[in-house]
Amino acid sequence: MSATPVMAAPQVSGVERLESSERRRSRLSLGVLLLVLGLGLAALLLDIEGTASFALSDAFDEVQLPVIAVPGFPTLLACTLLLLAGAVGILSGRLHGWTFTLAATVAGLALVVGFLTWAAAGRDLPFPVSNQFAGTLALATPLVFGALTGVLGERSGVVNVSIEGQFLTAAFAAALVGSITKSVVWALGAAVIAGVLMAALLAVFAITYLVDQVVLGVVLNLLASGLTGYLYDQLVQPDSQNLNLSPILGKIPIPGLSSLPFVGPVFFDQTILAYLAGVSVLVVWFLLYRTKWGLRVRAVGEHPRAADTVGVSVIGIRWSAVLLGGLFAGLGGAFFTLGTTGQFSKDITVGNGFIALAAVIMGRWHPGLAAVMALFFGFVKQLGSQVQSLKTPVPSDFLLLLPYVATIIAVAGVLGRSRAPAADGAPYVK
Amino acid sequence: MSATSVEGGPASATPPGPSFGQRLLGVFRGGGLWREAATTAAAILLALLVGAILMIVSDPDVAGQWAYLFTAPHLPLAASWGKVWGAYSALFVGALGSPTAIAETTARSAPLIAAGLGVGLGFRAGLFNIGAQGQAIWGAVLAAYVGFAWQLPLGLHLLVAILGGLLGGAVWGGIVGVLKAKAGAHEVIVTIMMNYIAMYLLAWLLTTSAFQRPGRTDPISPELPASATMPSFGLTRFHLGFILAVVAAVAVWWLLERSVLGMQIRAVGANPHAARTAGMSEARTTIITMALAGGLAGLAGLMSTLAPAPSGVPTPLSDGVVGSVGFDAITVALLGRSHPIGIVFAGLLFGAMNAGGLAMQSMAQTPNTLVYVLQALIVLFVAAPKLVSTLLPFLKGRLRKASATGGEA
Repeated sequence: MSATPVMAAPQVSGVERLESSERRRSRLSLGVLLLVLGLGLAALLLDIEGTASFALSDAFDEVQLPVIAVPGFPTLLACTLLLLAGAVGILSGRLHGWTFTLAATVAGLALVVGFLTWAAAGRDLPFPVSNQFAGTLALATPLVFGALTGVLGERSGVVNVSIEGQFLTAAFAAALVGSITKSVVWALGAAVIAGVLMAALLAVFAITYLVDQVVLGVVLNLLASGLTGYLYDQLVQPDSQNLNLSPILGKIPIPGLSSLPFVGPVFFDQTILAYLAGVSVLVVWFLLYRTKWGLRVRAVGEHPRAADTVGVSVIGIRWSAVLLGGLFAGLGGAFFTLGTTGQFSKDITVGNGFIALAAVIMGRWHPGLAAVMALFFGFVKQLGSQVQSLKTPVPSDFLLLLPYVATIIAVAGVLGRSRAPAADGAPYVK
Repeated sequence: MSATSVEGGPASATPPGPSFGQRLLGVFRGGGLWREAATTAAAILLALLVGAILMIVSDPDVAGQWAYLFTAPHLPLAASWGKVWGAYSALFVGALGSPTAIAETTARSAPLIAAGLGVGLGFRAGLFNIGAQGQAIWGAVLAAYVGFAWQLPLGLHLLVAILGGLLGGAVWGGIVGVLKAKAGAHEVIVTIMMNYIAMYLLAWLLTTSAFQRPGRTDPISPELPASATMPSFGLTRFHLGFILAVVAAVAVWWLLERSVLGMQIRAVGANPHAARTAGMSEARTTIITMALAGGLAGLAGLMSTLAPAPSGVPTPLSDGVVGSVGFDAITVALLGRSHPIGIVFAGLLFGAMNAGGLAMQSMAQTPNTLVYVLQALIVLFVAAPKLVSTLLPFLKGRLRKASATGGEA
């Protein structure tokens, strides 16, 4: 398939919408995907009974909201029909602009609600909705930071496959320094320094020594895994009472807002890292799209020679973008120890760095979209653990692999072609 | 289709430098064997040096001695030397010190060589196959399933199990090839994601009645019968897997250097545009190469379930059964410069280090995770010859020439 648009609709009279072959293909694949999911949901209709109840608040929340109970079969039926209608609407090719977005959104929501109704129907315990959303934010925190790391690096033309390694070293440094100093602030500082040091290693080899960036990322991940594993075995493990017992980040309720019903416990009773993640998305967006530095980062990632010709230091800009990315990776890595138990264990980050990389690609190298994708992956992960505790017949492993499948579908062009910065991964030699 | 790759590759608007595959080839062809050997030796030396420093600073007893540096310099020096010498000599003894140790080295090298060949073959076609891990997992899964679920006569059983493992890896790799060739999906992203999909599918399979051992609640498969176990020679761990790995290396060498398909693979890797102009099908080559690479990684995976463990019987299928062979394979392929012979030597080196790591842990109280640090460092230094020549100035004259010709070939 070539880049030249093919006239899909014959020009009859008046204003006829033209659709490029690429758009047409992605529209059709999205429609088929939704159709298949709709049929899957319809299959669940055979296996549903009783009512599904959803708890909107935790037992500990200040404001107790009622438990919503919906009849299982009719709700699932309605969701299935909505999803199928959305799929048909998208396949028909008559939806454009906001109606298209609406159809896709309705279909997506119907899918989630329908699945949850099926999972919760006929169970003794209601499905904890507020818990689901609060957990989503917590799980997405490191993913959002990691996605920002990836976006900054790749926008400047440096592919960062070593987000995982940066997470891991930061998690280790946070636990170690936190245990020694008994201070969360020092621990966070150590995590940031570790993240930036790993980023500096990436920058040295990728920018200065022109090592292939994907190779480099893989090797740096192995190095991080080996280094933290060795130091853990040699130093930390024999003395874990003193070296692996860091204080953890407490939840900081925002006065006033945190006592709002439903919204309060979900959004305004989180750790400092979750708030920082939200702020960081705005900061990175502002830096990339509203500052001179950001313009240069994007220029260097698209056409380094042109940027160089007008006097922008390609090397300098790439270094600064990668190091700033390391800062965010450090904060994200700190979450795995300081945001959970305060203890490090080997390879504690279990592939989250790669999910963050997936969020970068699904988010089309845009900080805001990438953060939304990170939230989506966090939602799926939380759903995986919730469904596990509900003991439904669907294996939680299937939900856990959803982010990876979604990414493959995305890069295969189903959700529209996403385009990387032109000079992404290409070292610059004057 | 090829110009719109998702993750930017060498095919971009900027004036293209040599692609990664080209550079690898260039290094091998233009560099000359002596220079390559010198770079590798220097990289190993530097890695051992960094490892030594790491050992000294991370051992509180040894690091504490350095307080006496100015009053009694022999104390810290002796303690450090003792620590480093103890660890490295145990590493050596564990790898090559006895026939048993050498057999262990072959057992640990075999999967690295096989999976390294798979990754290297991909490199030669310009494909970045990060997915050896997932391909190895499917190799292990299918081989083990044939092993414990089917009843076949002696000899045939093992053969079918091996073929099943090869097929599992080849299909998982072939999917990547199809996605790359037909949908333009970048193989780096697809293979990374496929690794995790394989991992979670294995975790799920081990909860199903077809795979979980009856009477067990933990994720573990039934044990394999002797008819599906690779024979080993004597009472050591020198088993059929190593022979298969060497045969695979010869086969890959023949494929690349003596066959039409191999010529196409190399042509597509060196210059896809020229290959297309010459009438070669890039899509077909991509799919075949990925399937072959997957099969080789599958060979590595099936060894982990069919080859006898130190206990004499194969390890049953479980979550981490293939270890990190797919990722280590990337370092092996890089160290071996994607050349079959180089990969055999690189696999032997890393296999020896893995075998010696256990001895280092038990004899010198040095965690064997140090081995992974050393391996990552070696590859890092090999990948950046300029850095090596900066750090070791006496090699400069020889290596500068190597990196210069390597970049332009």
